[in-house]
Amino acid sequence: MGKPSDLVQGTLDLLILKTLSLGAMHGWAIARRIQQVSDEVLQVQQGSLYPALHRLEQQGWVRARWAESETGRQAKFYALTAAGRKQLDTEAANWNRLSAAINLIVGEA
Amino acid sequence: MRWVDRLATRVRMLFARGQAGAGLDRELQYHVERQTAENVAAGMSAEEARYAALRAFGNPALVREQSRATWSWSALEQFMRDLRIGARTLRRTPGFTAVAVLVMALGIGSNVALFTVVRGVLLRPLPFQDPSRLLMLYEYSSIGGSQAFPYNNVAGGIFDAWNRQNAGFSSMALEQQSGADLSASGGGLPEALRTANVSWNLFPTLGVQPALGHGFTAADDSLSANGTVVLSWSLWQRRFGGDAAILNRTVDLNGKPYTVIGVMPAWFEFPDPATQLWLPVYHEVPEKGMTALDIHDFRAVGRLKPGVTAAQATANLTLITQRIHSAHLDDPFISVGANSRPLLEHIVGDVRRPLYVLLAATGCLLLIACLNVANLLVARAAARRKELAIRTAMGGGRMRLLREHVMESFLVSIAGGAAGLALAYGAVAWLVHTRPDMTRVGAIRIDATVAAFTAGVIAVCALFSGLISALHANDRGLLRALHESSRANSAGAGRTRLRKVLLAAEVGLTVVLLVAASLLLKSYARLRSTNLGCITSNVLTMGVSLPDARYPTPGPTPPQFFERLLQRVRVLPGVTAAGFASSVPGEGRMGDFSFTIAEHPPLPQGKGTFAINRSVDPGYFAAMGIPILHGHTFDDGQTFGHVDEVVINESFARKYFPGEDPIGKHLRIMGGAKPYAIAGVVGDIRYSIGEPPAPMQYYPLDAPSFAGDQNFGKLVIRSSRDVEQLALPVQRIIESMDRDVPVSDVLTMDQLIGKSTLDQSFDATLISSFAVLSLLLAAAGLFGVLSYIVAQRSGEIGIRIALGAQRGQVLGLMLADGMRPALIGLLLGLAASAATTRLIKAMLYSTQPLDPAVFAAVAGALLAVAALACLVPAWRASRLDPMQALRAE
Repeated sequence: MGKPSDLVQGTLDLLILKTLSLGAMHGWAIARRIQQVSDEVLQVQQGSLYPALHRLEQQGWVRARWAESETGRQAKFYALTAAGRKQLDTEAANWNRLSAAINLIVGEA
Repeated sequence: MRWVDRLATRVRMLFARGQAGAGLDRELQYHVERQTAENVAAGMSAEEARYAALRAFGNPALVREQSRATWSWSALEQFMRDLRIGARTLRRTPGFTAVAVLVMALGIGSNVALFTVVRGVLLRPLPFQDPSRLLMLYEYSSIGGSQAFPYNNVAGGIFDAWNRQNAGFSSMALEQQSGADLSASGGGLPEALRTANVSWNLFPTLGVQPALGHGFTAADDSLSANGTVVLSWSLWQRRFGGDAAILNRTVDLNGKPYTVIGVMPAWFEFPDPATQLWLPVYHEVPEKGMTALDIHDFRAVGRLKPGVTAAQATANLTLITQRIHSAHLDDPFISVGANSRPLLEHIVGDVRRPLYVLLAATGCLLLIACLNVANLLVARAAARRKELAIRTAMGGGRMRLLREHVMESFLVSIAGGAAGLALAYGAVAWLVHTRPDMTRVGAIRIDATVAAFTAGVIAVCALFSGLISALHANDRGLLRALHESSRANSAGAGRTRLRKVLLAAEVGLTVVLLVAASLLLKSYARLRSTNLGCITSNVLTMGVSLPDARYPTPGPTPPQFFERLLQRVRVLPGVTAAGFASSVPGEGRMGDFSFTIAEHPPLPQGKGTFAINRSVDPGYFAAMGIPILHGHTFDDGQTFGHVDEVVINESFARKYFPGEDPIGKHLRIMGGAKPYAIAGVVGDIRYSIGEPPAPMQYYPLDAPSFAGDQNFGKLVIRSSRDVEQLALPVQRIIESMDRDVPVSDVLTMDQLIGKSTLDQSFDATLISSFAVLSLLLAAAGLFGVLSYIVAQRSGEIGIRIALGAQRGQVLGLMLADGMRPALIGLLLGLAASAATTRLIKAMLYSTQPLDPAVFAAVAGALLAVAALACLVPAWRASRLDPMQALRAE
């Protein structure tokens, strides 16, 4: 039982930021969305989302507030800040560059 | 903006952390509930749904911890939590905590107290302006090349030449310690004060201003000027009620009027704490004394010019001195050069080594205290090893456990440090109260530097003790702790090895302290028991000082007074004998006269002889029990104007009249032509208790004096029983003879000797108390470790006894186990002592640093104490009931 690996943690931030760029959501909704959109490929332990979310909040990329959810219970909704949007662009660009480079190497037989 | 959000978050995390924690719990709960609801909707039963949700989620407790770890201030939160847990654990075992805190307090307290003293006396710069530019100036004297006095006093004439001709000093001033009688005025008693005769510019040279009024001007510093005086703060408070109207009032000193022109600040002490007032030197000392080139009566202070080094300035003074020396080659007592050292060095040079030795001793004590506390912590950890093992197995990080160890030790150190600081405060206050005579005692106080030092010491102790006990608890050991079943009866030797090592170190340090203390005690005992050469039991001394105005010197009135006093004292009931002398044995060198022997051939040019001089009444030798070896004491015809006799002591006779009879030969003194006939030879006395006897020449009270001190001396009274009862009757006689004659220093000879050996007694007592303390700590440590070993090995011992071992054998077995670390420590300690006692050699009197008797005695004492400490647990072991021991696993 250790912390999630560095690679997954890095990309987890990107996934969360991207998901939130579509609108404010609470933690469970983010987990469902990531699962759905990635076609159940990314089997990340749902709990590992929360340390990432809290870290993003501490860093100022997302802002949180308590509001009534779709079930009528109170839930903590996360939303991207302006700085968070910029961070998303940066991280997405990095990811593209990284994956392109890996593709190049792997592509060559 | 991002930084605004981040700041808001940080503030929230600091002040609303509890709320955030509750929010996190709700958040995670919500997630699990949503997932459970979805699982139920997918068709699982309620229980299955919940388990599936939790499996998908992960360990909620771990997620919670990880989330919280991302929050800002998490390090602070961790620290506070560790603090609370540590405090709680310590509160659960109050006995251990109390002992550990006490031990730490003793170690830290003694160290801080001594550091305060060292800082105040040795490290703090003098409270004068720009003190690093101040030098104490000396003459370098070499009497005909035989004996060198590198730090000799300065002669008035030489100083005058220095003052006029020097190139390196912006100003220099003279200082001479003296005494004066303050007359009874305003209802007070007459008082003999310690005073200083100083150049008018001493205060500006040092860079101090009087607190009230002003200092001397050049006009005040001459024989013809009106008398002016500057008072010390304490005298002004004590004798004049701290009344500001004292300025421009007259006080009666030595029967003459002096105008008070200023009062010095409370912190000012120069040349020593006992000086109560300052007088202008040219006004006090006759011209002959101020112009003489060969009477070394003064000390001099100089302030260097900017840009000039001490070496340059001193070399310049040496040149001036050499010129004078060459111009007067017939006078062997004119110095050949000059010398200097920083003023701070002059003031504290003597106490530097003893203070550092004391500081080292407290350092040892602190180390022992830390080792002791580490030992206690290790014992605690050993008792809790199963608990620690389980916590580690469940995921408690090693860092976390390490932090707990260090935190406990940190709490103990802080509490011990706080208590120690209070102890130090009390100790320093006690010291300043009991030793107001100590050099620079006014500079000793607890300030910010001391507080910072304390904090540093606490931190080091905490780390030291904590890490030792923490490193002991490694993973392999913990695993073994879990594996141990009740059937394992092995001794677990590894567990106690660390404690034994710590104990050996403690014992070693204790031995070093014991050896140092024993050497100092032996040295002090030798010092005190030195034969002074006279009777010291039931002998009372008191200083009698006649005011100049009514008893002018030179003149017949002072000796007449003393003779009349003696006549009246001798008939007092209870008085066996009485006498009078300029100073008594043990008081110090005082002064000396140069002399030539009339019957011997003249000495070659540049060579001179001198010997310590005293003025005494004819009955003095009998009163002090100094044997008259040849000839006789002075006869009655030795009155003022008709003095022609001298009595010498055995050393004088041996050195200057080897193989011939000195009786009847003649001495000429201080370059004069008048011959003094040697009437008798008396036994040697020690002028100072630590010094060997020197040649001495005794003159009658009526003899001429060359330093103007004929009207002061010590009355000695011997009795067959309690002599202190005679103090008051004698003082009343003096009062009836003249009401305005003050009496000072009423001490028995034993008290006088005690006063002159006060420093040695103080040092020896302090280090002895440290040594005893550390011996107690070491004994307690031994007791603790062996008790623990016995408890651990109780199963094994039970088996041994059951199989037929005798009680005595078991006792011996346990004793050996306990004494082994003590023995190793003893050997280490003896080796360390042999290497380091050389450093206190300068403090020892007639004692070798490698004294075999002392080493043997310390070894014996330590072994005895160690055996005693081990005896109780070993005895308990031998008395074990084997059935009980085997059953109680």
